[in-house]
Amino acid sequence: MSEKLMMSTGNKAVAAAVKMAKPTVVAAYPITPQTEVIETIADYVGSGAMDARYIPVESEHSAMTACIGASITGVRVFTATSSHGLLYMHEMLHWAAGARLPIVMGQVNRTLAPGWNIWAEHSDALSQRDTGWLQVYVSTVQEAYDATLMAFKIAEDNRVLLPVMINMDGFLLSHIMQPFEMTEPGDFIPPLNLPQKIDVNDPKGYGAMSPADIHFTFRYDMEKAMKNARTVIAETEAEFAKRFGRSYAPVEEYLCDDADVVIVAMGTLGKEAEVAADLLRKEGIKAGVMRVRWLRPFPLDMKVEGKELVVIDRDYSFGFGGVIAGEIQARYPGAKIARVIAGLGGQEVTYEDMAELVRTRKIGTEFWFGIPKEEQ
Amino acid sequence: MYEIRIHSRGGQGGVTAARMMASAAVKDGKFATACPFYGAERRGAPIVSFVRIDDHPVRIYSQIKKPDMVVVLDPTVMDTVNVLDGLKKGGEIFINTHEEVQFPEQFTVHKADLTGIALRENLVVAGSPILNTPVIGALAKLGLFTPESGTKAITETFADPRNVAAAKEAYNEVK
Repeated sequence: MSEKLMMSTGNKAVAAAVKMAKPTVVAAYPITPQTEVIETIADYVGSGAMDARYIPVESEHSAMTACIGASITGVRVFTATSSHGLLYMHEMLHWAAGARLPIVMGQVNRTLAPGWNIWAEHSDALSQRDTGWLQVYVSTVQEAYDATLMAFKIAEDNRVLLPVMINMDGFLLSHIMQPFEMTEPGDFIPPLNLPQKIDVNDPKGYGAMSPADIHFTFRYDMEKAMKNARTVIAETEAEFAKRFGRSYAPVEEYLCDDADVVIVAMGTLGKEAEVAADLLRKEGIKAGVMRVRWLRPFPLDMKVEGKELVVIDRDYSFGFGGVIAGEIQARYPGAKIARVIAGLGGQEVTYEDMAELVRTRKIGTEFWFGIPKEEQ
Repeated sequence: MYEIRIHSRGGQGGVTAARMMASAAVKDGKFATACPFYGAERRGAPIVSFVRIDDHPVRIYSQIKKPDMVVVLDPTVMDTVNVLDGLKKGGEIFINTHEEVQFPEQFTVHKADLTGIALRENLVVAGSPILNTPVIGALAKLGLFTPESGTKAITETFADPRNVAAAKEAYNEVK
């Protein structure tokens, strides 16, 4: 490995990427396990390493509101949160997306109470799935850094102009230390040019009364922007790979070409699943992994035909099922899916566990990992 | 892949030790990760941290169940924690002690009096001897990483030269 590598947590890598992206305003409220992100940024601002206005606020609702107010003036804006903090922003998440503001957020995935639990789960971000934010889920410290840099470019592209949420698993990724390269982005992220920015010399307004005909158009335009985002994400990831040598796709495939069975998962589970696939291949089972990175916009070109899928949801929609399995089934009606619920509340799920979930899969059923089979 | 589990108490620097170990291995050209297990524990409670060192990028995030090596920074945790849990047959133990210790014969035992070294170097913070820099010296001697990389990992983390001095002492003392 090269001299350029340094050890960092996921949290610090996100903060380092934000420093590189040079936002004008950061407004945030601390919450475990996100705290290190904004502590580090506050240090950068305090020491002069980062020329930004850091606005400490009294709540996450205010954090997002401050971000919206700043973003409307056409400047680059960042915030970070987790779990209950994200939920406390809920109303303003819709507002940020509806106002077409390219705010970027670091989101550390953590379980929701009760009972009190600070460990990884995806229910927090998935409960904000329909707010109009783009959502990407990362699996390594390097990817957290790279995805944060790309998030600004994607959000601010005038074909998109929607906010982006970068999700990483609480503690598993936010607090792990891995070697990573703090690549200088150079001119990778062009200057922000918000077309409808508020300027005191050219007054405009946001959020005026909008009757149905206009409102309907606003929402249709948001979905057009989401569709455009697929193109912009592809272009951005291709340019990133060309410039910096690290390539990403909306769905990261591992050993999928000849696979009979594929584990589908997000975040750290999706990365560790690669080790499960290696293990299964040694046993003669042709296994692969699809790690879903971009959940919104949802990937439309997953190659699910002729394969069985073991979809691991680190989330649950009560009265329905796992969110990811449900979305894949809806978009790929012919998909053969064994639905697994695992990792809730930071439940330990190892690559050996995942290999066993593949060996014992039953297509068309839902299995809660850790609950005895006879009780389900 | 070589997997190390570190036993310490909250506040003793086990997490920082794990980071410096992984950092030293990376400086040697290896891949490594360090992950503390964050439970409900607080200062003074037994905690574990994990280090993985490999020739390839480490893709595992779950806890280490079958370590190749166990590092015991604070032997008093053994009153309540089975530090040998899952340790591979023929696995190695490093323990911070000046006393005679008995472990099953299937394991290789190494020891050094890190607490004594820290006290001699006057490496004491808030009344607690600093163990995480001397342990880097001891583990360099055991071949986890080169002494040069261990020293670099320490100096990147701590400016005080007594940390490197303590690591050198532990390097010379460990058996």
